[in-house]
Amino acid sequence: MTDSLAIRKLGDLANPTRFMALVARVLPWMAATAAILFAVGLYLSFTTEGDYQQGDTVRIMYVHVPAAWLAMMCYTVMALSAVGTLVWRHPLADVSHKAAAPLGAAFTLLALITGSLWGKPMWGTWWTWGDARLTSVFILFLMYLGLIALNRAIDDPSRAARVSAVLILVGFVNIPIIKFSVEWWNTLHQKASVLRLDGPTIDPEFLRPLLVMALAFTLLFFTLHLAAMRNEILRRRVAAQRRLAARMAAREDAR
Amino acid sequence: MKYAFYVFSSYGVAGVLTLCLIAWVWLDGRARRQELAELEASGIRRRSAAARPSADPSGRETEA
Repeated sequence: MTDSLAIRKLGDLANPTRFMALVARVLPWMAATAAILFAVGLYLSFTTEGDYQQGDTVRIMYVHVPAAWLAMMCYTVMALSAVGTLVWRHPLADVSHKAAAPLGAAFTLLALITGSLWGKPMWGTWWTWGDARLTSVFILFLMYLGLIALNRAIDDPSRAARVSAVLILVGFVNIPIIKFSVEWWNTLHQKASVLRLDGPTIDPEFLRPLLVMALAFTLLFFTLHLAAMRNEILRRRVAAQRRLAARMAAREDAR
Repeated sequence: MKYAFYVFSSYGVAGVLTLCLIAWVWLDGRARRQELAELEASGIRRRSAAARPSADPSGRETEA
Protein backbone atom coordinates (compact mmCIF):
# COMPACT_ATOMS: atom_id res chain seq x y z
CA MET A 1 0.00 0.00 0.00
CA THR A 2 2.79 2.42 1.01
CA ASP A 3 4.82 1.29 -2.00
CA SER A 4 2.03 2.02 -4.44
CA LEU A 5 1.58 5.44 -2.81
CA ALA A 6 5.31 6.15 -3.13
CA ILE A 7 5.27 5.07 -6.78
CA ARG A 8 2.20 7.24 -7.41
CA LYS A 9 3.92 10.22 -5.77
CA LEU A 10 7.03 9.64 -7.91
CA GLY A 11 4.79 9.33 -10.96
CA ASP A 12 3.18 12.66 -10.07
CA LEU A 13 6.60 14.28 -9.83
CA ALA A 14 7.57 12.85 -13.20
CA ASN A 15 4.73 14.83 -14.80
CA PRO A 16 6.57 17.82 -16.35
CA THR A 17 3.94 20.39 -15.30
CA ARG A 18 4.00 19.20 -11.66
CA PHE A 19 7.78 19.13 -11.89
CA MET A 20 7.77 22.78 -13.04
CA ALA A 21 5.56 23.77 -10.09
CA LEU A 22 7.85 21.92 -7.65
CA VAL A 23 10.97 23.53 -9.16
CA ALA A 24 9.42 27.00 -8.83
CA ARG A 25 8.82 26.30 -5.14
CA VAL A 26 12.19 24.78 -4.16
CA LEU A 27 14.60 26.71 -6.41
CA PRO A 28 14.78 29.97 -4.37
CA TRP A 29 15.47 28.00 -1.16
CA MET A 30 18.16 25.89 -2.81
CA ALA A 31 19.84 28.96 -4.34
CA ALA A 32 19.77 30.83 -1.00
CA THR A 33 21.20 27.85 0.92
CA ALA A 34 23.95 27.43 -1.70
CA ALA A 35 24.83 31.15 -1.40
CA ILE A 36 25.06 30.90 2.43
CA LEU A 37 27.20 27.74 2.19
CA PHE A 38 29.51 29.49 -0.30
CA ALA A 39 29.89 32.47 2.04
CA VAL A 40 30.81 30.17 4.97
CA GLY A 41 32.99 27.96 2.76
CA LEU A 42 34.93 30.89 1.29
CA TYR A 43 35.44 32.37 4.76
CA LEU A 44 36.82 29.05 6.04
CA SER A 45 38.90 28.58 2.88
CA PHE A 46 40.90 31.75 3.58
CA THR A 47 40.95 31.76 7.40
CA THR A 48 42.07 28.19 8.13
CA GLU A 49 45.75 27.24 8.37
CA GLY A 50 47.93 26.57 5.32
CA ASP A 51 49.65 23.21 4.92
CA TYR A 52 53.15 22.83 6.45
CA GLN A 53 54.48 21.50 3.11
CA GLN A 54 52.18 22.98 0.46
CA GLY A 55 51.64 26.33 2.19
CA ASP A 56 48.75 28.39 0.86
CA THR A 57 48.35 26.33 -2.33
CA VAL A 58 46.31 23.90 -0.19
CA ARG A 59 43.51 26.49 -0.51
CA ILE A 60 43.22 25.53 -4.20
CA MET A 61 41.93 22.17 -2.96
CA TYR A 62 38.71 23.82 -1.70
CA VAL A 63 37.64 24.60 -5.28
CA HIS A 64 39.53 21.85 -7.13
CA VAL A 65 38.21 18.83 -5.21
CA PRO A 66 34.50 19.92 -5.24
CA ALA A 67 34.75 20.66 -8.99
CA ALA A 68 36.30 17.23 -9.64
CA TRP A 69 33.67 15.57 -7.42
CA LEU A 70 30.89 17.33 -9.36
CA ALA A 71 32.46 16.36 -12.69
CA MET A 72 32.00 12.70 -11.72
CA MET A 73 28.69 13.11 -9.86
CA CYS A 74 27.14 14.96 -12.82
CA TYR A 75 28.05 12.09 -15.12
CA THR A 76 26.52 9.64 -12.63
CA VAL A 77 23.30 11.69 -12.57
CA MET A 78 23.34 11.58 -16.39
CA ALA A 79 23.87 7.80 -16.36
CA LEU A 80 20.88 7.33 -14.01
CA SER A 81 18.79 9.57 -16.27
CA ALA A 82 19.99 7.58 -19.29
CA VAL A 83 18.57 4.44 -17.63
CA GLY A 84 15.28 6.37 -17.22
CA THR A 85 15.35 7.19 -20.95
CA LEU A 86 16.12 3.65 -22.12
CA VAL A 87 14.01 1.65 -19.63
CA TRP A 88 10.98 3.89 -18.99
CA ARG A 89 11.28 6.17 -22.04
CA HIS A 90 10.45 9.06 -19.76
CA PRO A 91 10.72 12.55 -21.31
CA LEU A 92 11.82 14.05 -17.97
CA ALA A 93 14.82 11.67 -17.95
CA ASP A 94 15.69 12.86 -21.50
CA VAL A 95 15.51 16.45 -20.31
CA SER A 96 17.63 15.63 -17.24
CA HIS A 97 20.68 14.24 -19.06
CA LYS A 98 20.51 16.85 -21.80
CA ALA A 99 20.41 19.69 -19.25
CA ALA A 100 23.22 18.21 -17.13
CA ALA A 101 25.83 17.85 -19.92
CA PRO A 102 26.90 21.55 -20.18
CA LEU A 103 27.05 21.79 -16.36
CA GLY A 104 29.23 18.68 -16.20
CA ALA A 105 31.51 20.08 -18.92
CA ALA A 106 31.90 23.37 -17.00
CA PHE A 107 32.77 21.69 -13.68
CA THR A 108 35.19 19.28 -15.40
CA LEU A 109 36.89 22.25 -17.08
CA LEU A 110 37.11 23.96 -13.68
CA ALA A 111 38.69 20.82 -12.15
CA LEU A 112 41.22 20.67 -15.01
CA ILE A 113 42.16 24.38 -14.79
CA THR A 114 42.44 24.50 -10.97
CA GLY A 115 44.35 21.18 -11.01
CA SER A 116 46.77 22.68 -13.49
CA LEU A 117 47.13 25.83 -11.34
CA TRP A 118 47.87 23.59 -8.34
CA GLY A 119 50.19 21.28 -10.31
CA LYS A 120 52.54 24.02 -11.52
CA PRO A 121 53.80 25.16 -8.07
CA MET A 122 53.65 21.67 -6.46
CA TRP A 123 54.72 19.30 -9.26
CA GLY A 124 56.60 21.80 -11.40
CA THR A 125 54.36 21.22 -14.41
CA TRP A 126 50.98 22.47 -15.64
CA TRP A 127 50.09 19.18 -17.27
CA THR A 128 51.43 15.70 -17.99
CA TRP A 129 49.86 13.19 -20.37
CA GLY A 130 51.54 10.30 -18.56
CA ASP A 131 49.30 10.74 -15.49
CA ALA A 132 46.25 8.45 -15.57
CA ARG A 133 44.05 10.72 -13.37
CA LEU A 134 44.71 13.82 -15.48
CA THR A 135 44.21 12.03 -18.79
CA SER A 136 41.03 10.18 -17.71
CA VAL A 137 39.46 13.45 -16.48
CA PHE A 138 40.40 15.10 -19.79
CA ILE A 139 38.62 12.21 -21.59
CA LEU A 140 35.56 12.88 -19.39
CA PHE A 141 35.64 16.53 -20.53
CA LEU A 142 35.76 15.42 -24.18
CA MET A 143 32.85 13.04 -23.54
CA TYR A 144 30.75 15.89 -22.17
CA LEU A 145 31.56 17.99 -25.26
CA GLY A 146 30.70 15.05 -27.51
CA LEU A 147 27.33 14.58 -25.80
CA ILE A 148 26.50 18.30 -26.12
CA ALA A 149 27.41 18.16 -29.85
CA LEU A 150 25.36 14.99 -30.34
CA ASN A 151 22.27 16.54 -28.74
CA ARG A 152 22.62 19.57 -31.00
CA ALA A 153 23.15 17.47 -34.13
CA ILE A 154 19.89 15.48 -33.87
CA ASP A 155 16.69 17.50 -34.28
CA ASP A 156 14.22 14.97 -32.90
CA PRO A 157 14.58 15.28 -29.08
CA SER A 158 13.46 11.74 -28.21
CA ARG A 159 15.82 10.21 -30.79
CA ALA A 160 18.67 12.44 -29.59
CA ALA A 161 17.91 11.32 -26.02
CA ARG A 162 18.02 7.61 -26.89
CA VAL A 163 21.28 7.90 -28.84
CA SER A 164 22.96 9.98 -26.12
CA ALA A 165 21.63 7.66 -23.38
CA VAL A 166 23.45 4.71 -24.99
CA LEU A 167 26.63 6.79 -25.32
CA ILE A 168 26.37 7.99 -21.70
CA LEU A 169 26.06 4.43 -20.40
CA VAL A 170 28.99 3.21 -22.53
CA GLY A 171 31.07 6.17 -21.32
CA PHE A 172 30.21 5.47 -17.68
CA VAL A 173 33.09 2.97 -17.68
CA ASN A 174 35.37 6.03 -17.39
CA ILE A 175 34.01 6.98 -13.93
CA PRO A 176 35.51 4.04 -11.97
CA ILE A 177 38.67 4.45 -14.08
CA ILE A 178 38.93 8.09 -12.89
CA LYS A 179 38.19 7.13 -9.26
CA PHE A 180 40.66 4.23 -9.07
CA SER A 181 43.30 5.56 -11.51
CA VAL A 182 45.39 6.77 -8.55
CA GLU A 183 45.35 3.24 -7.04
CA TRP A 184 45.79 1.22 -10.25
CA TRP A 185 48.64 3.25 -11.72
CA ASN A 186 51.60 5.05 -10.27
CA THR A 187 50.43 8.63 -10.82
CA LEU A 188 51.76 12.09 -10.05
CA HIS A 189 48.30 12.82 -8.63
CA GLN A 190 47.91 11.92 -4.96
CA LYS A 191 45.72 9.04 -3.76
CA ALA A 192 42.24 9.51 -2.24
CA SER A 193 42.32 11.14 1.19
CA VAL A 194 38.62 11.86 1.87
CA LEU A 195 36.45 9.09 0.37
CA ARG A 196 38.31 6.06 1.76
CA LEU A 197 37.01 2.85 3.31
CA ASP A 198 39.15 3.48 6.43
CA GLY A 199 37.93 7.08 6.79
CA PRO A 200 39.48 10.42 5.77
CA THR A 201 43.22 10.81 6.34
CA ILE A 202 43.10 14.56 5.88
CA ASP A 203 43.47 16.90 8.90
CA PRO A 204 40.14 18.36 10.20
CA GLU A 205 41.60 21.85 9.64
CA PHE A 206 41.43 21.17 5.89
CA LEU A 207 38.46 18.81 5.96
CA ARG A 208 36.02 21.41 7.38
CA PRO A 209 36.32 24.02 4.59
CA LEU A 210 36.52 21.22 2.02
CA LEU A 211 33.22 19.65 3.13
CA VAL A 212 31.42 23.01 3.32
CA MET A 213 32.65 23.96 -0.16
CA ALA A 214 31.75 20.49 -1.50
CA LEU A 215 28.24 20.88 -0.08
CA ALA A 216 27.94 24.40 -1.57
CA PHE A 217 29.09 23.24 -5.01
CA THR A 218 26.76 20.21 -4.89
CA LEU A 219 23.78 22.39 -4.03
CA LEU A 220 24.78 24.86 -6.75
CA PHE A 221 24.86 21.98 -9.24
CA PHE A 222 21.39 20.72 -8.30
CA THR A 223 19.99 24.28 -8.37
CA LEU A 224 21.42 24.86 -11.84
CA HIS A 225 20.38 21.40 -13.01
CA LEU A 226 16.74 21.90 -11.98
CA ALA A 227 16.71 25.37 -13.56
CA ALA A 228 18.30 24.04 -16.77
CA MET A 229 15.75 21.19 -16.86
CA ARG A 230 12.96 23.75 -16.55
CA ASN A 231 14.50 25.75 -19.42
CA GLU A 232 14.67 22.61 -21.58
CA ILE A 233 10.99 21.81 -20.90
CA LEU A 234 10.11 25.41 -21.88
CA ARG A 235 12.26 25.06 -25.05
CA ARG A 236 10.29 21.93 -26.01
CA ARG A 237 6.99 23.67 -25.36
CA VAL A 238 8.06 26.59 -27.58
CA ALA A 239 9.04 24.14 -30.35
CA ALA A 240 5.71 22.28 -30.00
CA GLN A 241 3.73 25.53 -30.18
CA ARG A 242 5.70 26.71 -33.21
CA ARG A 243 4.87 23.44 -34.96
CA LEU A 244 1.22 23.97 -34.02
CA ALA A 245 1.33 27.52 -35.39
CA ALA A 246 2.87 26.25 -38.65
CA ARG A 247 0.13 23.61 -38.99
CA MET A 248 -2.59 26.20 -38.35
CA ALA A 249 -1.06 28.55 -40.94
CA ALA A 250 -0.84 25.71 -43.50
CA ARG A 251 -4.48 24.80 -42.86
CA GLU A 252 -5.58 28.42 -43.37
CA ASP A 253 -3.57 28.66 -46.60
CA ALA A 254 -5.28 25.50 -47.90
CA ARG A 255 -8.75 27.00 -47.39
CA MET B 1 51.02 34.91 0.72
CA LYS B 2 53.36 32.59 -1.18
CA TYR B 3 52.01 31.32 -4.54
CA ALA B 4 49.27 33.98 -4.38
CA PHE B 5 49.02 34.02 -8.19
CA TYR B 6 48.06 30.32 -8.33
CA VAL B 7 45.62 30.52 -5.39
CA PHE B 8 43.81 33.66 -6.56
CA SER B 9 43.77 32.53 -10.20
CA SER B 10 42.03 29.31 -9.10
CA TYR B 11 39.36 31.18 -7.15
CA GLY B 12 39.06 33.77 -9.95
CA VAL B 13 38.48 31.11 -12.61
CA ALA B 14 36.02 29.30 -10.32
CA GLY B 15 34.11 32.57 -9.68
CA VAL B 16 33.97 33.60 -13.36
CA LEU B 17 32.92 30.11 -14.52
CA THR B 18 30.23 29.81 -11.83
CA LEU B 19 28.84 33.29 -12.60
CA CYS B 20 28.82 32.48 -16.34
CA LEU B 21 26.87 29.27 -15.67
CA ILE B 22 24.33 31.07 -13.47
CA ALA B 23 23.94 33.88 -16.04
CA TRP B 24 23.56 31.40 -18.93
CA VAL B 25 20.87 29.35 -17.16
CA TRP B 26 19.03 32.48 -16.02
CA LEU B 27 19.13 34.26 -19.42
CA ASP B 28 18.14 31.05 -21.23
CA GLY B 29 15.09 30.68 -18.95
CA ARG B 30 14.13 34.32 -19.45
CA ALA B 31 14.39 34.04 -23.25
CA ARG B 32 12.28 30.85 -23.33
CA ARG B 33 9.56 32.38 -21.13
CA GLN B 34 9.50 35.44 -23.37
CA GLU B 35 9.12 33.24 -26.48
CA LEU B 36 6.22 31.37 -24.86
CA ALA B 37 4.54 34.65 -23.85
CA GLU B 38 4.89 35.98 -27.44
CA LEU B 39 3.38 32.79 -28.87
CA GLU B 40 0.47 32.95 -26.43
CA ALA B 41 -0.06 36.64 -27.19
CA SER B 42 -0.37 35.77 -30.89
CA GLY B 43 -3.09 33.25 -30.02
CA ILE B 44 -0.98 30.04 -30.12
CA ARG B 45 -1.80 28.15 -26.94
CA ARG B 46 -0.87 24.71 -25.73
CA ARG B 47 -3.57 22.18 -26.57
CA SER B 48 -4.13 21.40 -22.87
CA ALA B 49 -4.54 25.12 -22.11
CA ALA B 50 -6.80 25.73 -25.10
CA ALA B 51 -9.07 22.78 -24.25
CA ARG B 52 -9.75 23.90 -20.69
CA PRO B 53 -9.24 27.66 -20.62
CA SER B 54 -11.01 28.16 -17.27
CA ALA B 55 -10.58 24.72 -15.71
CA ASP B 56 -8.05 25.93 -13.18
CA PRO B 57 -7.85 29.63 -12.30
CA SER B 58 -4.20 29.26 -11.17
CA GLY B 59 -3.32 28.37 -14.76
CA ARG B 60 -1.80 25.03 -13.76
CA GLU B 61 -1.92 22.33 -16.36
CA THR B 62 -1.62 18.61 -16.12
CA GLU B 63 0.14 17.70 -19.34
CA ALA B 64 3.67 18.33 -20.60
